[in-house]
Order: sequence, then structure tokens, then C-alpha cells
Amino acid sequence: MAAEYIFFFILAAVALVSAVGVLLSQNSIYTALFLVVNFSAIAVLFLTLGAPFIALAQITVYAGAIMILFLFVIMLLGTEKLPIGKEIPWQRPLGIILAGVLLLEGGYLILFRSGALGALNTPAADYASPNAIGLELFDNYLLPFEVTSILLLVALVGAIVLTKDERGATVRRLVTLETRAADDRGADTQKPDLLEYEKEIQAEEKREEVAGPGADEFHR
Amino acid sequence: MVPIQYYLGLSMILFAMGVLGVIIRRNAIVIFMSLELMFNAANLAFITFALMHQKLSGQIFVFFVMAVAAAEVAVGLALIVAIFRSKHSIDVDQQSTLKG
Repeated sequence: MAAEYIFFFILAAVALVSAVGVLLSQNSIYTALFLVVNFSAIAVLFLTLGAPFIALAQITVYAGAIMILFLFVIMLLGTEKLPIGKEIPWQRPLGIILAGVLLLEGGYLILFRSGALGALNTPAADYASPNAIGLELFDNYLLPFEVTSILLLVALVGAIVLTKDERGATVRRLVTLETRAADDRGADTQKPDLLEYEKEIQAEEKREEVAGPGADEFHR
Repeated sequence: MVPIQYYLGLSMILFAMGVLGVIIRRNAIVIFMSLELMFNAANLAFITFALMHQKLSGQIFVFFVMAVAAAEVAVGLALIVAIFRSKHSIDVDQQSTLKG
């Protein structure tokens, strides 16, 4: 009996310390690594709660795939550390107070209103086996499962559209800049410069049509 | 087994820490990670209640939370990359265009 408590408290301590690390570390690479530790500790807690399949999905999906995505973006943008800027002075104390209030409310509910809670029983051997999970998922939750696949497809397309560099955007930006410069110099020189750039755009589009899409990716 | 209150208390504390991270951090990516912390705390509560009621629906719901979290992270990080391209910063305090 005592061993269960010790095991739980060690895991809880690991989870809480790594969560504090997420809050406090200034380098976002370390933040991501603390989060991986937190996810792993929670995954072991899932194991103790009789959810082996979820625990392993947690490790592969969360600690594996999602955190790798985070690390990729952090390293891609090179924003491990933010430059020290002016902080809003009341932001931090107010945030701590609000989170404390939330914690107090939750603590009140758990400590004094827990009459409706039942006891946890040690899970049976076949309680959440992959077999049982699969039957439950495809018997009762088939439609949500299929909707999830559409959601993932939409997320995939959305992510690609959001990060795609629009074709010809650079040239169009140049035209805008040139127009502004022409405005500064006076109206006389505006038209020829614009025409010149429009011709360039048309020429480029024609070249793309001839060479096919992707042919100019190399020298861009 | 350890009493259910312990698991729920841990879940509660982790959730509050996630909320605190979203409020006090300025780096958009770290804000996203704090969001993941909150998802995780909610998942822990789901699994705990699934065991209490001896029903698998709670565990199935955690699957859907994971799938939605993965989709949200993919789109959210793409948004952060797009913001970084136009503003050259992911400090959320700097994104104050509407403030004038």
C-alpha cells in the first residue's frame, strides 16, 4: 500500500517540477525539454490508472511528434530567447493572483465537495486492453473518429497554405516600393517605372509558363 | 489504489500552472506549450474519471483531445511562422498593431 503512495508522489513531484521548469526557463528549447519530461511522467501516471494504450499514445504523439514540431519551429525561427523588452508591470502579479484563485476554487471542490466521487479500484487485467479500446472506438465512436480524420486533413491543408510563399509576391512588393519612390520624386517618372516593372512581371510569368511550375525555384 | 482526490488535485495544479504560463509568458511558442500543459491536465482528469466509472468512454475522449491538439499545434505553429515573417518577432507584447 505504501509503495503505491511513494510511487505516486515521486511521479507527481517530477510532473510538478517540470511544469515549474516550463514556467520559469528563459530558453524555449529548455521549456520544450521540460515539457517532454512532464508528458512522460503523466504517461506513467496513465499506466497506473489502467490506460496502457493511452500512455503509449501520449509518448509517441505528444512527447514524440508534437514536441518535435515545437523544437523544429523554435530552431527554424531562431527565437530561443526573446530580447528583453518592456514588460507590463501589473501583468505578472495579476496573473499569479488569478491562477491562485483558480487553484483555490479547484482545491475547494476537491477537498470539500468530493462526496460524489467514488473510490478508484485497481483496474482489471482486460479493462483497457487495445482490443477493448478498439471495440469501444469503432462501435460507439465511429462518426467522431471519421470527423477527426477530416479535421486533421483541414489542419494539414491550413498549415501548408499559411506558410506557403505566394508566387510573385516579391516582385509585387518591389512594384509598390517603386511606386512610392516615384511619388516622392514627382508624378512625371511614375508611369515609365511602373510599366517597366509590369513588363518584368509579365515576362516572368511567361517564362514560368514555358518552363513549367517550379523551374525558377532554384534561383529565387 | 491512491485516492482519487490525489489524482484530481495533481490535475488541478498542473492546469493552474498552464493558465499561469499562458498569462505571464510573452513568447508565443511558450504560450502554446503552456496550452499543451493544460490539455494534459484535462487528459489526466479524464483518465481518472474513466477508471472511477469503469467506462472506456473517458479514454476514447482523450484520443480525440490528442487529435485536436495535434491539429491545433500544426495550424498554430504555422500562424506563428507567418507572424514571424511579417513582424520579425514572436513576442506577443509586440503584436500591438490594433492598439494604434
